[in-house]
Amino acid sequence: MLIQDYLILKIFKKYIKQLQYSEDNDVFFIIGIINLVLMTKLLSYSLLFNIQSLINISAVDWIWRKKRFGIYYSYISYFFNYRVFLVVNVPVYLRYPYGLGVESLSFLYSSAAWLEREIWDLFGIFFYNHVDLRRILTDYGFQGFPFRKDFPLVGFKELRYDDTIKLIVFENVKLVQDYRSFNFINPWK
Amino acid sequence: MEIKLYKSLWERHLMKIKNFTLNFGPQHPAAHGVLRLVLELDGEIVVNVDPHIGLLHRGTEKLIEHKNYLQALPYFDRLDYVSMMAQEHCYSLAVEQLLGIIDLIPLRARYIRVIFLELTRILNHLLAVTTHAMDVGALTPFLWAFEEREKLMEFYERVSGARMHAAYIRPGGISQDIPLGFLDDVYLFINQFSYRLNEIEELLSGNRIWKYRLADIGVVDLDIGFNYGFSGVLLRGSGLEWDLRKNISYEIYDIVDFKVPVGLNGDCYDRFLIRVEEMRQSLFIIYQCLNNIPGGLIKIDDYKYVGVNRNLLKYDMEALIHHFKFYSEGFVVPTGHVYTSVEAPKGEFGVFLVSDNTNKPYRCHIKAPGFLHLQGLHEMSVGHLMADVVTIIGTQDIVFGEVDR
Repeated sequence: MLIQDYLILKIFKKYIKQLQYSEDNDVFFIIGIINLVLMTKLLSYSLLFNIQSLINISAVDWIWRKKRFGIYYSYISYFFNYRVFLVVNVPVYLRYPYGLGVESLSFLYSSAAWLEREIWDLFGIFFYNHVDLRRILTDYGFQGFPFRKDFPLVGFKELRYDDTIKLIVFENVKLVQDYRSFNFINPWK
Repeated sequence: MEIKLYKSLWERHLMKIKNFTLNFGPQHPAAHGVLRLVLELDGEIVVNVDPHIGLLHRGTEKLIEHKNYLQALPYFDRLDYVSMMAQEHCYSLAVEQLLGIIDLIPLRARYIRVIFLELTRILNHLLAVTTHAMDVGALTPFLWAFEEREKLMEFYERVSGARMHAAYIRPGGISQDIPLGFLDDVYLFINQFSYRLNEIEELLSGNRIWKYRLADIGVVDLDIGFNYGFSGVLLRGSGLEWDLRKNISYEIYDIVDFKVPVGLNGDCYDRFLIRVEEMRQSLFIIYQCLNNIPGGLIKIDDYKYVGVNRNLLKYDMEALIHHFKFYSEGFVVPTGHVYTSVEAPKGEFGVFLVSDNTNKPYRCHIKAPGFLHLQGLHEMSVGHLMADVVTIIGTQDIVFGEVDR
């Protein structure tokens, strides 16, 4: 554990619910949704940590969990050559005390704007106070959230150019053979 | 009825002038692929840029979740299709870290990896610099560079059989050893390549038109770079000495000697100079690797994780079983998650990989540098002329394979 990780652990003891170690010994701090913006502000404004940039936000769909989505924020301090990973676990529908969704970081870091748009697009996690929350990667007028685990790989709609009406038409996916997923995992051991 | 042709002075005073909205792309040759920009113009000055991306979205991350770890590898070649090996290298590092075999990779494999990573950097920067020049109006360097890229892709072909989508760097090492006499040819290549670089620089670096179009265009302050999460050349151009090869040294970058070029003004011209200098540094790294490359294994000696040597198949029952299991089941990766990042030619390329004790990744998020760079396009190009937007897209080195994933 790096000295900064230790400091974060001691200083933000109140906010941190749990620790996760990744395989290359990065520390992932699991925190509550309400503390996310506060902790980001404290990390970026204090010279002790000097977090300068929000590098990445990724979401994971843990479909069987009660708090279904994990959102992994990774920050970087170029000054200390050090990364902070914060994790927020989010249920599908957020109820009253937590507000409308996850609070957006796009007013703190401009890089969050597209990263959050991407998560909204692919996972359907809502970010409130976002500057411009539109879909980004999927088609105009796309419905559903494709990277959720319950969204099938082949999707629902396919589109083709209809020569008779000279338009592109959307149709339900029809495959001659369904997508087959083979389970090769060794049952023994 | 009388038609009023001219407006009175008062009416003109009341008139509101709306900005002109222009669609740039998605099939514009200077858009480097399928980028649709909705530009808002005041005369010829850019007021607002709204990039619409996703026209090349293939759902790579979703597809990877349905393939086993080895089958997921070739998707990484197809992300940024001009710096192929840098990305499969990042993915391989992630898988190795999850398996806990990252320290076991033989030294020869690491050297070969670094040789190819640097060749890939040259491959990417040649395209970046010269297509940038082509967008600005100089066609000739483009033709020269593509001859050199042809040679580099022949190197790819000699080791993997594929000119671009190599799938050469695999978890546990590399797929096969380099052929005989290969390093001699790499040596011949790097000897003549610095002269080709000189030629390109001769035409561009002092060129008045080139400077006029690039200097003071798309200036990135360091604060803006931080705020938008820029990485790679866009950050180095603004004066921060930040290179993941130095800062988190992976593979053998801690024992090779190279310098990190840093810009002063953070404009397009600085970034051009940095890219050229990085190519020279890559040549230097390759030169050191050619001198020091040891013999030995090219992948780890554990057939649970790497493919079996095909010569053994006919003679060794154990090898045959391993071969069958490896190419059907793959390997099971224990539960865990890891974020690995490497210095891809375009910037920090990261893979966030979550495994769940099966042979398929549970989730694989790809952090593409171009995605965040393109987001900063608005910030970089507001206040410039419309023709400068093309320059700025060129300097950002956008490739839509990785932006849209």
